[in-house]
Amino acid sequence: MRTRGPLVDERVSMKHGAGGRAMRALIRQVFAEGFAQAPVDGIGLDAMDDGAALRLGDQWLVVTTDSHVVHPIFFPGGDIGRLAVAGTVNDLAMMGATEVLALTCAVILEEGFSRADLERVQKSIRDTCQEAGATIVTGDTKVMGKGELDGIVLNTTGIALTGRVVPDSGLLPGDRIIVTGTVGDHGFAILALRRGLELEGDLRSDVAPLNDLVRRALAAADGALSAMKDPTRGGLASALSEMAQKSGVGLILEEGKVPVRPVVRAAGELLGIDPLHVANEGKAVLGVRPEAAERVLAALRAHPQGREAEIVGTCIAEHAGSVILDTGVGRRLLSEPEGELLPRIC
Amino acid sequence: MLPRSADPAAGELKFRDPPTARALTGALARLLAQIGRAPVAVMHVCGSHEQAIAKFGLRAVFPRGLDVIMGPGCPVCVTDCPEVDEAVVLAGQGVRIATYGDMLRVPGTAKSLADAQAEGARVHVVYSVAQAAELARTTAEEVVFFATGFETTAVATAAVILRDPPGNFSVLSAHKYIPPVMEIVAEMPGTRVEGFLAAGHAATITGWGIFERFVDRHRIPVVVAGFEPLDILAGLVKLLEVIHDGRPRVENMYPRCVTRDGNRRAQEQLWKVFRPMGGRWRGIAHVPNGNLRLRDEWAHVDARRRFRIDVSGLWDEAPPSLAQHCICGDIMAGIASPTDCALYGKECIPDAPVGACMVSSEGTCKIWHQYGGHPDLRSVG
Repeated sequence: MRTRGPLVDERVSMKHGAGGRAMRALIRQVFAEGFAQAPVDGIGLDAMDDGAALRLGDQWLVVTTDSHVVHPIFFPGGDIGRLAVAGTVNDLAMMGATEVLALTCAVILEEGFSRADLERVQKSIRDTCQEAGATIVTGDTKVMGKGELDGIVLNTTGIALTGRVVPDSGLLPGDRIIVTGTVGDHGFAILALRRGLELEGDLRSDVAPLNDLVRRALAAADGALSAMKDPTRGGLASALSEMAQKSGVGLILEEGKVPVRPVVRAAGELLGIDPLHVANEGKAVLGVRPEAAERVLAALRAHPQGREAEIVGTCIAEHAGSVILDTGVGRRLLSEPEGELLPRIC
Repeated sequence: MLPRSADPAAGELKFRDPPTARALTGALARLLAQIGRAPVAVMHVCGSHEQAIAKFGLRAVFPRGLDVIMGPGCPVCVTDCPEVDEAVVLAGQGVRIATYGDMLRVPGTAKSLADAQAEGARVHVVYSVAQAAELARTTAEEVVFFATGFETTAVATAAVILRDPPGNFSVLSAHKYIPPVMEIVAEMPGTRVEGFLAAGHAATITGWGIFERFVDRHRIPVVVAGFEPLDILAGLVKLLEVIHDGRPRVENMYPRCVTRDGNRRAQEQLWKVFRPMGGRWRGIAHVPNGNLRLRDEWAHVDARRRFRIDVSGLWDEAPPSLAQHCICGDIMAGIASPTDCALYGKECIPDAPVGACMVSSEGTCKIWHQYGGHPDLRSVG
């Protein structure tokens, strides 16, 4: 019998979908354990990375899958279709696989869903695929009864080949941490929409496929990119905690260096929500060897999606697994968000 | 990228300026050396001070030997079990309860308001007492506002009571008054507290003059401070200066908001509606004049006089066994830290709080947990 710690929940709750510790524990306890006995040649479920990487001759086949339940399905800056394509393309890119071979798309619809909305979503999927140089090669369609589902759920799977896999876990002491742009945009756009918040300024989701930006970064880094992750649910805080834990390094994050749009900062102060805890859908966090940091930063800034990139932190040997936030006036540990900040965000 | 100066949020940053912060922490270290003994313990009595200290990581820059302790500064946490019980019983009688969100999960003797809600009671989370009065206007049913908070919040409750609320609206007051509990802490046998950092927002109403009697009586200095990082650091520097020169007095380090007399009109409203009364603070003690209760002329809006509230039925149920290990009381009295508690971060987490200090966003345990606990980060990097 499996030993159960005191914190094993008997039922699934919203926190298990929040992208933080509770979700990782659930995956580890329920899913990863069952498949650890069948080791794959490469990166499998037990690594809990953005996707899997399977050896294929001298190449790696990267596979990832993603379900999308965002509410509402249309929001400033994007929609569920763009989110699905970008999310999957980005999960591949975060493994170092920027050349997308193919995507699949499964759709589950609620009885009564508007045909016009469906066509709008389809067009968005098509446009975003074009932007990413990807295409959908197969799919599946199911309809459920009224009330059995809220509108629409999309699932996308992506595959891509790469010569070199970039894991979450490759950070070394001395590595610099780069974030490719402003944080918190997606989460606050959804939050403001749902709560009917009217703020001066434009709260827009940053949802976008990042494979071209990552392609530039990989080329500039020339092997010096040690780790990569997209800070989606749980925000920059969760992404960095996970990278630090998996890599066995400590990490000092300089709060003042992290780019945050003024309107996001204002919304954060107003709602008491830290932008570092809020989801992004068009940003990446990169770990880079120190000597290549400026070079990679310059390459990112030369790309339209990376103009606001910044070096925001440094890895250290002490405090392995922890993220230390330097606030400018003091220091503390940066914790991951507790529970579900905002369900159905992607 | 956007230059920092173009950031509209930059205005507030003058109270978060790193070079000034470094100068102030340098001054703290020098003063501590001049005082020449350690540790020197000072206490603040406000959840917002603890929030700022934790959020900005100030403990990592305090000199070793300066202990900044949070005292009984979380109004939700010091709300006593029998007070929660009264709200739970009322909710069970079918009365609609309106209260602040933090109060839902605060444990009573046998259950919390959230438990009562799960059993079918109607409990409404409101952001202000005015919103509770609005709720009463939309229904013919009885609405009771379960009022918690210190004098700052009590002023708002008083204002609504004075503005002729609807006839089906009443108040169950668990409001607390801070100055008397400072006396309790000062008189605790073996207390280490050599100075108090008083909460700027409360002093905006009461005025800093209110602390003069306390200083005269106990010979312990009080410094009124605001809530930005530099406010707190400057307040601590002043407090160490006063401890060093050995002439206990009140100093106002929040002059942009606080005056000697405070807000007279708010004080008039407060004392017109409330009278101070002795009562228990959870985990602390009986605090003479520590509770704010409605005066007789407001009996018609006083839930305690409007309803028969018999909480004895709840006492047959034993408190959960985990709760017996909770040291919230010692933490609120400032004689223990969350990390001294065997439950902290293990059985007791924000998702499943055992004690009130892990429930409220002003509770020491919740704040420490939210901001990563308190490992010693003074020598990192």
